[in-house]
Amino acid sequence: MTANGRLRGRSLEPVAGNGLIDRRALIGRGIAFAGAMTGVGVTGAAAEPLTDAPWSREMGAVTPALQTPSRFEKHVVRTLSNPDNEFRNSHARTPHHLLNGTVTPNSLHFSINHSGLPDIDPDRHRLAIHGLVKQPMVYTVEALSRYPMVSRMAFLECGGNSAPMFSNEPLQASAQALHGLVSCAEWTGVKLSTLLEETGVDPAAKWFIAEGADSHALSRSVPLKKGFDDAMIALYQNGERLMPGNGYPMRLLLPGYEGNMNVKFLRRIKLVDAPAMSMYEARTYSQILPDGKAYRFYFLQEVKSFITHPSFGHSLKGPGFYEISGIAYSGAGRIAKVMVSADGGKSYAEAALQAPVLPKAFTRFRMPWRWDGQPVVLQSRAWDEGGNVQPTRAEFVALRGETKAPPPLLGFPNQHYNSLTSWAIDANGGVKHVYA
Amino acid sequence: MFTRSGLAFALVFAAACGARAEPPGLGKPSTEADIAAWDISIMPDGAGLPPGRGAPAEGARVYAEKCAACHGENGVKPVAPGAGPLVGGGKLDRIEAVKTIGNFYGHATTVFDFIRRAMPFNEPRTLTNDEAYAVTAYLLAANKIIGENDVMDAQSLPKVKMPNRDNFIIRFLDRI
Repeated sequence: MTANGRLRGRSLEPVAGNGLIDRRALIGRGIAFAGAMTGVGVTGAAAEPLTDAPWSREMGAVTPALQTPSRFEKHVVRTLSNPDNEFRNSHARTPHHLLNGTVTPNSLHFSINHSGLPDIDPDRHRLAIHGLVKQPMVYTVEALSRYPMVSRMAFLECGGNSAPMFSNEPLQASAQALHGLVSCAEWTGVKLSTLLEETGVDPAAKWFIAEGADSHALSRSVPLKKGFDDAMIALYQNGERLMPGNGYPMRLLLPGYEGNMNVKFLRRIKLVDAPAMSMYEARTYSQILPDGKAYRFYFLQEVKSFITHPSFGHSLKGPGFYEISGIAYSGAGRIAKVMVSADGGKSYAEAALQAPVLPKAFTRFRMPWRWDGQPVVLQSRAWDEGGNVQPTRAEFVALRGETKAPPPLLGFPNQHYNSLTSWAIDANGGVKHVYA
Repeated sequence: MFTRSGLAFALVFAAACGARAEPPGLGKPSTEADIAAWDISIMPDGAGLPPGRGAPAEGARVYAEKCAACHGENGVKPVAPGAGPLVGGGKLDRIEAVKTIGNFYGHATTVFDFIRRAMPFNEPRTLTNDEAYAVTAYLLAANKIIGENDVMDAQSLPKVKMPNRDNFIIRFLDRI
């Protein structure tokens, strides 16, 4: 038997229950992959004879200055919690079930605004750094744009992302509705440590307060340790200036930390000796525990994964080959491993991780799968390089609890959910959200 | 021994290294006085609290005029979709319990800070300092945390003991 033959044979072996195929069928082994696609036999009728469509026979449309997706992709949009801009906060959620890869396009990056979108003229915007510094400084956008910059991939996740998962019963909703308040982009800007080098730091400083230019002057306290680690004043998002909904003209970026702390429209940083206990840290982003106590300063977005393909909102078109794929990330570093189950957690197989696997950024995992048409339950579980593992639902609920009755889908019964997501596929190919 | 070009290179190299060691220095030096109009931070120990004073009775009048339209008549039952309840809230007996000033906040300064920086929603930072102290006093009294005649100012506010202050756990101490 040839090497390819052996590989093909091994790759087609199911490696876990309900048809999961060895991930090595996907990694740089074309023949094994082809075997997985065709080796077991092609199903269905032969293809129709090919003919030209009208667009292949005429001059196309004008090439625009700013391009937008095809008119056939108009359904790929964010969902809005406050489309009429009432006097309250607004959420726009990323459609994970309609995207692939690891980069969230800027137009689809999630956005939460507590008092609407300020219309900031960058020429009039200022960033002040003061408090426990040797020399208070004020920076213009133009000045900051001349500083040495760094670029890095980083996910941003609202502390309240996945809040519907605290429901005592699984809410029937898409990955967008359940997990749409996380996105990932390449951010470019000036490291905060570069600016603190200029202002000098009083040794008494232990925290800094970051504040926005929005009408709420949204403010959060951040340990200075994080400021000197990887905090950035971000000016660019996926190569272009920040979107207004993501903080134009500048935002604080704290890779791996709760979205709300990554203060948008950043206009002031004050070095202080203690946290200010602003409303968002003292009330909104403190989490009630089952015993009535509450977490404070959660900060870290812990290791997490969920399957995006297939997921709620999709339907499978009959038995055969599918790629299961999804997103994994950890605020503590790189993803080390993602395990996928097709039998609700009874057996697991290791998924392929799409390179590059970067710290505090989305990692796409992929798992080849041959569906036999019987009901299955898909779920994923991630580990990070620090050995942190996504808790099972039972483990998570034991620590953090669940609601007494199903909450509204757009509600935030609690925060920092990082347990598993399970999708049940019925014999007709329909997908339901279940707890397993 | 240096050749002429080698020496020139060494000098240029040294100059380049010197330039890199210096921060770019493109910001403008400022003073706390010039930043003061933006510096609205209030600390739990009272640092940053402005002059002024207010009592619950005055606060009730300001509340009725500027807050009740969204937060409801006495802060218990909001009437606008985004407004939270401010008074009452009951026991924290479920993870989705409603958080109010009375049952959750750990520091009274948080109340004053958010009122002053962000309220009223449609015209933030328009309350006078006396009005902000008065509304804070009204809400603390409505939650039965202070008395009906207790005056709130820069000295008294940080001394208010919030009922839930000792019920917090720092999630990741090593990150602070």
